[in-house]
Amino acid sequence: MRRWPWLAIVLLATPALADPVTPPARLAYTQLRDPAQEAQARALMATLRCVVCQGQSIADSDASMAGDMRALVRSRIAAGERPEAIRTWLVARYGDYVTYDPPFGAATWPLWLAPIALLAVGAAVARSSFRRRAR
Amino acid sequence: MTAEFGLAALWLAAALAALQLAMAALGLLRGQAAPIAAVRPIAIVQGALAALAMAALIALFLASDMSVKLVVENSHSAKPWIYKFAGAWGNHEGSMLLWVTILGLAGGAVAILERRLPAATLIATLGAQAGIALGFYAFLLFASNPFARLSPAARDGLGLNPLLQDPGLAFHPPTLYIGYVGISVAFSFAVGALVTRDVGPAFAKAMRPWVLGAWIFLTLGITAGSYWAYYELGWGGWWFWDPVENASLMPWLAATALLHSVTVLATRDGLRAWTVMLAVVAFSMSMIGTFLVRSGILTSVHAFAVDPERGAFILALLVIYIGGALALFAARIGTVRAGTTFELVSREGGLVLNNLLLSVILGIVLIGTLYPLVAAGFGVQLSVGPPFFNKAAGPIALALVMAMAVGPLLRWRRDDAGALLDRLIWPIAATGFTGAALIVLAPPGLLPLFGLSLAAGLAVASVLPLIGRNPWRTPLFIWGMVVAHLGIAVSLAGMACDSAYTAETLVAARIAEPVRVGPYVVRLDGIKPVVGDNWSALEARLSARRGDDAAIVLRPQSRYFSDPVTTTSESAIATRWDGQLYTVLGQSDAQGRWQLRLWWKPFVTLIWLGGALIALGGALSLVGRWRRERRAAVREALA
Repeated sequence: MRRWPWLAIVLLATPALADPVTPPARLAYTQLRDPAQEAQARALMATLRCVVCQGQSIADSDASMAGDMRALVRSRIAAGERPEAIRTWLVARYGDYVTYDPPFGAATWPLWLAPIALLAVGAAVARSSFRRRAR
Repeated sequence: MTAEFGLAALWLAAALAALQLAMAALGLLRGQAAPIAAVRPIAIVQGALAALAMAALIALFLASDMSVKLVVENSHSAKPWIYKFAGAWGNHEGSMLLWVTILGLAGGAVAILERRLPAATLIATLGAQAGIALGFYAFLLFASNPFARLSPAARDGLGLNPLLQDPGLAFHPPTLYIGYVGISVAFSFAVGALVTRDVGPAFAKAMRPWVLGAWIFLTLGITAGSYWAYYELGWGGWWFWDPVENASLMPWLAATALLHSVTVLATRDGLRAWTVMLAVVAFSMSMIGTFLVRSGILTSVHAFAVDPERGAFILALLVIYIGGALALFAARIGTVRAGTTFELVSREGGLVLNNLLLSVILGIVLIGTLYPLVAAGFGVQLSVGPPFFNKAAGPIALALVMAMAVGPLLRWRRDDAGALLDRLIWPIAATGFTGAALIVLAPPGLLPLFGLSLAAGLAVASVLPLIGRNPWRTPLFIWGMVVAHLGIAVSLAGMACDSAYTAETLVAARIAEPVRVGPYVVRLDGIKPVVGDNWSALEARLSARRGDDAAIVLRPQSRYFSDPVTTTSESAIATRWDGQLYTVLGQSDAQGRWQLRLWWKPFVTLIWLGGALIALGGALSLVGRWRRERRAAVREALA
C-alpha cells in the first residue's frame, strides 16, 4: 500500500512515459485516499501549467503530459513531500513557465507591486474630483 | 458567383466608409451643407452592404461551396446545418467580417435613430465610426479575404474544430461582438464630442443607451461563454483567467465603470474628463481584446489566425486606433471644462469609488494578461494565472462589493455618514449573521467566507432602495439597478459556493460498482456505442441516487470526430435546485474499468443565473430611460 507512490516516481523518470501510447499513470485520473492530501494535491495542480496545452492548468487538461504531471504531484504528496517543494522541483525542471503563481523576484516585482501602485495612482486621481471640505 | 458578389459588396462598403469619413471631415472643416447632408445616407448604405457581404458568406457555408478556400478550411458537407451557419464566423476571416458587419449596422442605426445630438457632433461621431470601420475593411480586403477562391475546388472540407461544434457558437461570438461594437459607438460619440468641444450632459445622454446596450451584450456573451467552457471542457471549471477570457472581461470592466460615470455626467454634470477618458479606455480594451485574440499571439481555441503578417497588420491598426484616440484626448481635454465637484460622502462619491476600484481591477487584469508577453520579449518565459488574479484582484473585488452595497443608499450631492450607517444596519446584520453561521456550520476558506457573507449583505442592500416605494410607481431604471446589483450578489454566492463546497470524485469504475460523490451514489450501468451526424461515441449510462429520491440517469459521452480527427468528452449534467451533478466519461483500462470524473457542485448555477440577472437589470434600465425620454419629448411637443 505504501510502496506504489515510489514506483510511480520511478516510472515517471523513465523515458517510457514520454510515449503517448503508454496507458495513463494510475494517479492521473484517480484521487489519493486521504482527503487532506488530495486537497493539497488538488490546490497545487490548479496552479501548475500544462506545458503542452493551450493555457490550461494540469488540473483540467486531457493531455497525456498533464496526466503524467498529475500522477507525479499526487505520488509526491502521498510520499509526504510539501507542495511548495514539488513546485520548486518542477520549476527547476521546466522553468517559471510551469507555475501560474509567478514567484516574487527580479523579473516579476513590477507585476506583484502593480496592484498597490494602481490603487495609489487611482486614489490620487479620484481626490481631484472631490470638493475640499474646508471651503 | 456568390463569393464574387460578397467581395464586391465588401469593396463597395469599404469605399463608402472612406467617403463617409471624407464627407464628415469636409463638412466639419468647411461647414458646407452638402457633404454634411450626405453622411447619414452613406452610413446607412455602408451598413447594408456589409450585411450583404456577411449574408453572402453565410450562404457559401450553407451551400458547402468547396471552391471557396475559407469553406474548405473550416467546414465539411456532413456537418449539421446550424454549424455550417454559425461556422461562417467560427474562423478568423469570417469573425472579422462579422465584426465589421455589426459595426456597419450600428453606424446605420446611429444615423437613423440619433436625434438629440447637435448635427455637428453627430456628423463627427459618424466620421469616427467610418474611420474605425475603414481599418477593419482594409484588414479584411488586404490580409484576410474571406471570399478567396480555391482552384481546383476541393472535394470536401477539412471540418470545424469539434470544440466549436456546439450551439454556443451560434450565440457567444455575435453577442460579444455586438458588445465590442457598441463600445466603439460610445467611443465614436466621445470623439464627436471632443472634436466639437461639446462634452456635457447632452452628449452623456446620447452615449448612455449605447454603453448600456453594449454592456448588456458583453454581460450575456461572457456569461454564455463561461457556461459553454464549463460544460464543454469537461473539468468543471467555469473561469480560468485565460488571456482570451480576460480579453472579454476587460471591456466589460471598463464598460461597467463607464456606465456609472456617464450617469454622473448625465445627471449632475460631473466627471466630464474622466467619462471621456473611460470611453477611450473601454474602446482600447475592446480593440486589445479583439486583436489579442485574433492575432494569434495567444494560443487558444479562439486564436484562428497564426500568421505573422496578419499579426503585424493587427498591431499597426491597434497602435493607430489607440494612439489616435489618446492623442485626440490629450489634445482636446484641456478644452473640457471641469465638471461640478462634490462631497466625499455622496452618491457621486460612491460612484467615484466604484470607478476607482473597477479601474484598478481592470489594470490588474490588463497587466497580468500582458505581462507574460512582455516578459517573453525580454527572453523570460513565465506564466501568470489564477493564483495571481485571485490574490491581486480578489480583495479589491470584495471591496467593490461593499461599495456596491453602500452606493445606491447614498443621496446625491451630499449625505451624512451617521444617517448612512443607520440605513446600512440590515445589510451589516445579514453579512455578520451569514459569516457567523458559516463558521459554525461549514467553515469554508477565507475568500469564499468573505464572498458568501458579503453576497448576503449585498443582496439585502440592493433591494433596500425599493423599501418604502410603491413598486408600480418606482421608475424602471431603479428596478434595473436593483436587479443588476442583486445579480452580482447571486453570482458571487455561486462562485463562493462552488469554490468552497464542490465535491470531486475521480475513479476507475467497474460496471455496476457504486461510487460516492457529495450526497449522491452514482452507478455505472453500462457503456454503448452511439452515432451522430459527423461523429461516433461511447456513451455511459449512469444512474445517480440521493437518499431515497428517484434515480437520475446521465449519459456522458466520449466522442470521436473524423474531420478533423479529435476526441472530445461530452459531459452530462443534471441540474437540481441546489446544484449540479457533473459527470464525464474517460477512457477504459486493461482491467475493463472506466475512468469517471464526477462532481457535485452546490449552487454553481447561481453564477450564470446572476449573470442573466445582471443583463436583465441592464435591459430594464435601458427601457426605463428610453420611456422617460419619450415621455419628456412628448411633454415638450405638447407644451
